[in-house]
Amino acid sequence: MSGPKDIHSYLAEFDDIPGTRVYTATRARKGYHLNQFAMSLMKPENRERWKADEAAYLAEWPMTEDQKAAVLARDYNRLLDLGGNIYFLAKVFSTDGLSFLQAVSTMTGMSVEEYQAMMNAGGRSAAGVRSIKDKN
Amino acid sequence: MARITAGVGSSHVPLLGVAHDQGKDKDAYFGPIFAGYDWTREWEKAEKPDVVILVYNDHASAFDANIIPTFAIGTGERYKPADEGWGPRNVPDVEGHADLAWHIAQSLILEEFDMTIINEMDVDHGLTVPLSMMFGHVDKWPVKVVPLAVNVVTYPVPSGNRCWALGEAIRRAVQSYPEDLKVQVWGTGGMSHQLQGPRAGLINAEWDNRFLDAMIGTSDAARYIPHIEYLRETGSEGIEMVMWLIMRGAMGKETRCLHRHYHVPCSNTAIGHIVLEPVE
Repeated sequence: MSGPKDIHSYLAEFDDIPGTRVYTATRARKGYHLNQFAMSLMKPENRERWKADEAAYLAEWPMTEDQKAAVLARDYNRLLDLGGNIYFLAKVFSTDGLSFLQAVSTMTGMSVEEYQAMMNAGGRSAAGVRSIKDKN
Repeated sequence: MARITAGVGSSHVPLLGVAHDQGKDKDAYFGPIFAGYDWTREWEKAEKPDVVILVYNDHASAFDANIIPTFAIGTGERYKPADEGWGPRNVPDVEGHADLAWHIAQSLILEEFDMTIINEMDVDHGLTVPLSMMFGHVDKWPVKVVPLAVNVVTYPVPSGNRCWALGEAIRRAVQSYPEDLKVQVWGTGGMSHQLQGPRAGLINAEWDNRFLDAMIGTSDAARYIPHIEYLRETGSEGIEMVMWLIMRGAMGKETRCLHRHYHVPCSNTAIGHIVLEPVE
């Protein structure tokens, strides 16, 4: 393909995208148990136990205290930093009854209404948010 | 012999499934999205394909963080709609074509594509939403489906070039299947969208439309688009468009466009849809 074949240069480019955490192997390793916890909420019986006592449910998983706190706070940007992946985290916000749009908006610093208005007006432009170093 | 008669590209946003299932497909928000599929639903009724090879990605439904197949082919007889956290969609089970799927799997492995073979799995919105968009409300899907799941979540995901080449190998595999079957290949996902981080909500209509242009005719330029370009230009989840390249690769050297549709937004995502015919 076009682009680097050396894994170090390939991965280095990902850090140059503003406001974006690409789900690399490093993040996947860090977030393994966090993502597996989220995945467990696909089963109705687990969702019931989770809703009854979130902290007790989390105690069953070998996650870090930071990860547990971020889950309880529904701090999705923090969860991305701690290795969470959005498709796994979706099981948490779906269980909360939130749509993708509602949950995603919480990561942007906008209210749900402002975010929805931006989407209805054509979404966020790529101009200025393609590259940190090129500022384009 | 079996033959590939058409290719379909389509977004597979989960909200489309919700709108479809709740009968909101004609309201002010969803009406313009679904209207762009009216042509295709009529065309599919006339075309009556026997099998769809449906290229999609699993969204942490059948595959968890434990096993991450780059390319996985479903060789089962039947697949149930997945419970993605809000209960399974009330749509028919998906009937597989185990014999064709095994033929393709074996042929691809001989061609040095080391496929993961899946006998039992549930299928999520990535697979069932395109079926609803193309066939509407039905008691039974009018086609058998060979699911082909691609890892577009954990990096590195497969390159565009590898996806295109896989499509070419699928074409040869289908053409060597002895039964007279009409087979379509669907590439799903995209178009521009980013579901994470402060940059979420990114949409790039200009880039998306250039990508749709690139599906038509004889150019194979799209196979060389690097991952970083998808990420920068179309958002972190725009990378799903590499799955369209498997469909395009399976069309052969040249395509003709039968139908095309583009709409912003659906939830966080740009909706793109194209129907292609191989030019022999």
